[in-house]
Amino acid sequence: MLMRSFIYLLIICLSSVLSSDFSFGKDIHKEKSHYQNIVVRDKGDERCLLFSVKREDRNQTCMDLKKPGRLVFSYTRMSLGGLLLNQNPKKILIIGLGGGSIPNTLSTLYPNSIMDIVEIDSAVLRVAKTYFNFSETENVRVYISDARVFVKRAGVKKQHYDLIILDAFTGEYIPEHLMTLEFLSETKRLLTNKGVLVANTFSTSRLYDHESATYQKVFGDFLNFKMPNTGNRVILVRPGDPIGQEELRNAAKSLSAALFDFGVDIDRFPLYMSRHKDWRQDARPLSDQFNPANLLQSESY
Amino acid sequence: MTSNSLDHITKPKIFNALVLILAFSSGFIIMSVELLGGRILAPYFGSSIYVWGSIITIFMASLAIGYLLGGRLSLTNPNLKQYGLFYLGAAVTLLPIVFMGDQMMDAVFLRIEDPRYGSLVASVFLFTLPSITLGLIAPYSVRLLVTDAKESGAIAGGLFFVSTIGSALGTLATSFYFILWFDINEILITMICFLVLSCIAAFLGDYYLVSEETD
Repeated sequence: MLMRSFIYLLIICLSSVLSSDFSFGKDIHKEKSHYQNIVVRDKGDERCLLFSVKREDRNQTCMDLKKPGRLVFSYTRMSLGGLLLNQNPKKILIIGLGGGSIPNTLSTLYPNSIMDIVEIDSAVLRVAKTYFNFSETENVRVYISDARVFVKRAGVKKQHYDLIILDAFTGEYIPEHLMTLEFLSETKRLLTNKGVLVANTFSTSRLYDHESATYQKVFGDFLNFKMPNTGNRVILVRPGDPIGQEELRNAAKSLSAALFDFGVDIDRFPLYMSRHKDWRQDARPLSDQFNPANLLQSESY
Repeated sequence: MTSNSLDHITKPKIFNALVLILAFSSGFIIMSVELLGGRILAPYFGSSIYVWGSIITIFMASLAIGYLLGGRLSLTNPNLKQYGLFYLGAAVTLLPIVFMGDQMMDAVFLRIEDPRYGSLVASVFLFTLPSITLGLIAPYSVRLLVTDAKESGAIAGGLFFVSTIGSALGTLATSFYFILWFDINEILITMICFLVLSCIAAFLGDYYLVSEETD
């Protein structure tokens, strides 16, 4: 009797494990790095990189296994909106590697451009190489470093970039020292005359006001890029040479064909880029002195 | 036997309460500063685990030295005035963090590429002196409170209880609330003012609670 109920129990457990495989996908790699829990999960035709498995919606990067070039996430597609402000970046800096989908796209589009990528977690680099077709080349180099340290060091060495993509925020925890007036000023100094900064940021908490105020103070007016039904907000700015709507539309036309293969509908992008200041104007900018970013992020409106 | 000012305490209860309150505030301040240390170093060296490693190493090593020196200093004529000077010393040695911190960290950043050693060296410059000075306070407090060797363990226990509860509250208050309300420098300057007030309190205590030596 006892034996039988034990077997029933076993069957129930097994079947629940198996069914969870079907509904949530299959974890093909799990590891605890110095900074986070990393999970690579295959589900249907998609392979995703997750940085925290407590909440199921924290996919950092997903890749279409059948068409690896296609960009699955709206925010990675939106990041390429930065190309509208500089169509031919020769030197690119990417802060935050993730699954490497942005670097892979850019190195396909611009094989001759130099790309420096800063990633704090060496485990992420390993995972990107093993599971997400990412590879370092002569032109694409990854630096395992804290981004703040890298940017400050690059400033000392007087390095400059045509395009900087700031993508260091996973949503769970914000590295606060990468969201301050001082950090953005250090980043601004790395831009060439026509250099562009693209920042993937937050749009759903009290942090939105403070973060917007911080960018406003360092860069002046910027393009606020939000697409319907995405919940993402990408900040675009070319501080040396502010851009007009006309130029954006023309750039979209000339980039349209090249970006089509990646699933990026760039023609529509200019419609959703706005200079309208839709944040509280009395919000205090974040600085190295004052920065409760994580506390603000946890407070929704 | 040489005369000892501790033999002339007129109001021992108030005297003891004063020492405990001051020990509490020093415990509060040291952990608050340690926690802010992470914020102070992050713009130059990041906020990885090795930055915390550097900070905690330097605080622990400095406190160890402070305990040793504080114990030695308590051997000869322990008194509230000298005790007060420790607080003044801590206030003065915290000032460079506020007014010269960036210059110091710039200099270290330019000379040391590896952020592990950079953060360690910066921590040495910024935190060694205030931590040693704050470390003097605990053993010296024990000496001020002990009148009978039989009670010394209980008194040391009580003192460490009070100052460590101070540390716990300093950690909590700083990380949960202060950083939400104030600038780092505002917090540090408030701590410095508190330390100066503690010094004044100790001097007043020496004046009002300890009688002139007559023998």
